[in-house]
Amino acid sequence: MASYFLRRLLMAIPVMFFVALFVFLLLRLTPGDPAQAIAGDQATPAQLAAIRENLGLDKPIASQFAAWISSMAEGDFGHSLISQRPVLEMIGQRIGPTLALAVMAMIFTVIISLPLGVLAAWRHGGLVDRFVMALSVVGFSVPIFVIGYVLIAVFAVDLKWFPVQGYKPLTEGFGPFLHRILLPGLALSFFYIALVSRMTRASMLEVMREDYVRTARAKGLGERIVLFRHALRNAAIPILTVVGTGFAMMVSGVVVTETVFNIPGLGRLVVDGVLARDYPLIQAIILLTAGTYVLINLVIDLSYALSDPRIRYQ
Amino acid sequence: MTFRFNTFGAVALLASSLHAMPAFAETTLNVVMQAPLRTLDPILSTAQIVRTHGFMVFDTLLGMDAKYNPQPQMADYGVSADKMTYTFTLRDGLKWHDGTPVTAEDCVASIKRWAANDGAGRTMMTYVASIEATSDKVLVIKLAKPFGQVLELLAKPSPVPPFMMPKRLAETPAGKQVAEMVGSGPFRFVAEQYRPGDQAVYLKNKDYKPRSEPMSWTAGGKVVNVDKVVWKAMPDMQTSINALQSGDVDLIEQVTIDLLPLLKTNDEIKTGAINALGSQVTGRFNHRLPPFDNPKVRQAAMYALDQDQLMQTAIGDGQYYKLCASVYGCDVPLASDAGSEYLKGSAKERLAKAKELLKASGYDGTPVLMMQPTDLTILSTQPIVAAERLREAGFKVDVAAMDWATLQSRKNSTQQVAQGGWNMLFTYWGVSGIWNPTVHALLDGSGSETAWSGWPRNARVEELRTAFLTASTLDDQKKIAREIQQIAYDEGFYFNAGEFQSVAAWRANLKNLQPGPLTLFWGVGK
Repeated sequence: MASYFLRRLLMAIPVMFFVALFVFLLLRLTPGDPAQAIAGDQATPAQLAAIRENLGLDKPIASQFAAWISSMAEGDFGHSLISQRPVLEMIGQRIGPTLALAVMAMIFTVIISLPLGVLAAWRHGGLVDRFVMALSVVGFSVPIFVIGYVLIAVFAVDLKWFPVQGYKPLTEGFGPFLHRILLPGLALSFFYIALVSRMTRASMLEVMREDYVRTARAKGLGERIVLFRHALRNAAIPILTVVGTGFAMMVSGVVVTETVFNIPGLGRLVVDGVLARDYPLIQAIILLTAGTYVLINLVIDLSYALSDPRIRYQ
Repeated sequence: MTFRFNTFGAVALLASSLHAMPAFAETTLNVVMQAPLRTLDPILSTAQIVRTHGFMVFDTLLGMDAKYNPQPQMADYGVSADKMTYTFTLRDGLKWHDGTPVTAEDCVASIKRWAANDGAGRTMMTYVASIEATSDKVLVIKLAKPFGQVLELLAKPSPVPPFMMPKRLAETPAGKQVAEMVGSGPFRFVAEQYRPGDQAVYLKNKDYKPRSEPMSWTAGGKVVNVDKVVWKAMPDMQTSINALQSGDVDLIEQVTIDLLPLLKTNDEIKTGAINALGSQVTGRFNHRLPPFDNPKVRQAAMYALDQDQLMQTAIGDGQYYKLCASVYGCDVPLASDAGSEYLKGSAKERLAKAKELLKASGYDGTPVLMMQPTDLTILSTQPIVAAERLREAGFKVDVAAMDWATLQSRKNSTQQVAQGGWNMLFTYWGVSGIWNPTVHALLDGSGSETAWSGWPRNARVEELRTAFLTASTLDDQKKIAREIQQIAYDEGFYFNAGEFQSVAAWRANLKNLQPGPLTLFWGVGK
């Protein structure tokens, strides 16, 4: 098992290297100039040249890559070309709001979609089922920014229950934190509620046709116990897979929600970095994201290996 | 039913209990700025947002008042009878934000750094014999040859204003950003709360001693009436408007014109222009590449384009834009109607003239590569409208859509179109950056690599720009500026596509917002 783990870990190194190389080259091939982002539109070519020289952007691409990859190997992600701040510090400032938003959306997803999916499967073909399915179509079809604006208009502008925008970290108190994150979390969760409730319904329907469910009912168990103890437990594996993947998608795809609710998260930082051609910042974020995915896949592979010994010997 | 009532009741109770209600004694001004603040060095950057940040943290030796006159700010000044020696005496009580006193040595180093980075500053230095600190509080600029713009340049609020900083920062090498935000201005920058591209926080500088004269643009006493100013970047304008209406923010520096009706019905919100100067939209031709290397073709293009059409599509509401011939801005002292014949007549009449000129020019059908920035609302429509007008006049036009960052980079290319060059682009300039021939980058007629993109070449314009530097009276300056303007039209330096006014929106409880050449945060209170 240890050798399998080591082998998989070693395989991750070339993957990360090729991701780094790909991202580096892609950014250098993209038109645009970080010096122009620093100096502004009215800068003269002489000013731009001086800035480029100072940032080392006048050096050959190969030597720029070598310098970057060697500092990465030492754990130094470099400094933003634009703000001159360490990119890890910038990511650290922004990752909290994004994670908070994703966790809140995931909580909404789980507490709303699971009962809805179970209910729809239980009342399969009935009015409740149709209502849940219609709701999930709406969740899939309506863009997040529309949902966000509607929630803001109703709950923030009209009812004034929530603020219209902004973010407060947990360090400023749980109340203010929750007050600001509830609406964006709800907006972001709509799509995932639709997805997970459909998945739950489909998975539950399949499980409820199984013999052991019929047996449970024949034993005279109540519907609640049959549904939640027997059926839902067995239907949980595909649901958990979707929830897990959904969480990763949320973290890497929250930019619209962050924009509508003005949350200073990672999504907006990436967009800002791209617009300003802030190479080290974009490289670091993409590399960290890729690293997270590699790590998650590694954990999944390892869990497969744990459950199926044949995988270890392949 | 009971369940539903209880649920909604609980949510309402929870939501209202979550309201943060701290009774802060400090007054905070929350502002949505027109662009995110990503970089901080106001000498290295020409961006408007960085300049506004510069005026928060740093101060200038002289300020510019509402009548465009240089006035004492950090220093009082004297000029010798022969106008060859300028003496500046720092006023008492000036301190950097780190507590050390402001010295003349600091200011000498700051002027040198500014002059190395600013086009007009570089020009000035070619006339300067020496800049020296003669004591802790006195610095002297001696000229080698007559130069009439010393005070105007040291007072200019346009890019790049000569901000003063401690010598240790001012000696930062060329091309490198300063490492700290230590100025002597009315606000201190809170580095710990800065999130590049998202938030900047400024605290009132309690050590700042404002001048006793009344506030007037960047001159006079900069009296700060709030404890804290927070700049927030909001990429979505609707979110900004929601935040203003709910009281989360106090001021939006620049509101999209088409959303103004949403605010005008709200009694708690006021709208108007706090930036006293507008911005000129400019259609720049690349003089190095065909077809715009031919002056007749450029003239044909100028007749084809229409100020009103371009402004209508970009701004829409006529009360927020002006049409005038002046290349220096519609309402500045040097404004004139020279070259207005290129703008007169109906769109239809001028199109007929354009066709006639294009035919006579020998235009061979070379396509015009028009760059269109799709992510900059204010400039995304002009290329489409202009391309259509040029096509109607007989040009072949290709519109290349790209993001603003790509456009900014591509505009510096002097290559052929196929190798990444370009023929025409639209951009805009704050009037404070174009109000005379010295600072107006698009009137550079040197055609040199160091000039702003487009590279027109005209020896007479260069002679006149040099003459302007030594002109001693406003009448002489006007005469020179007028001739330059006429040549700029005749030679098609660029198409003046009109001047728009940015509109701000603020909570009605804000008092004493100061008009200025940029958004100013002194004077205002709540």
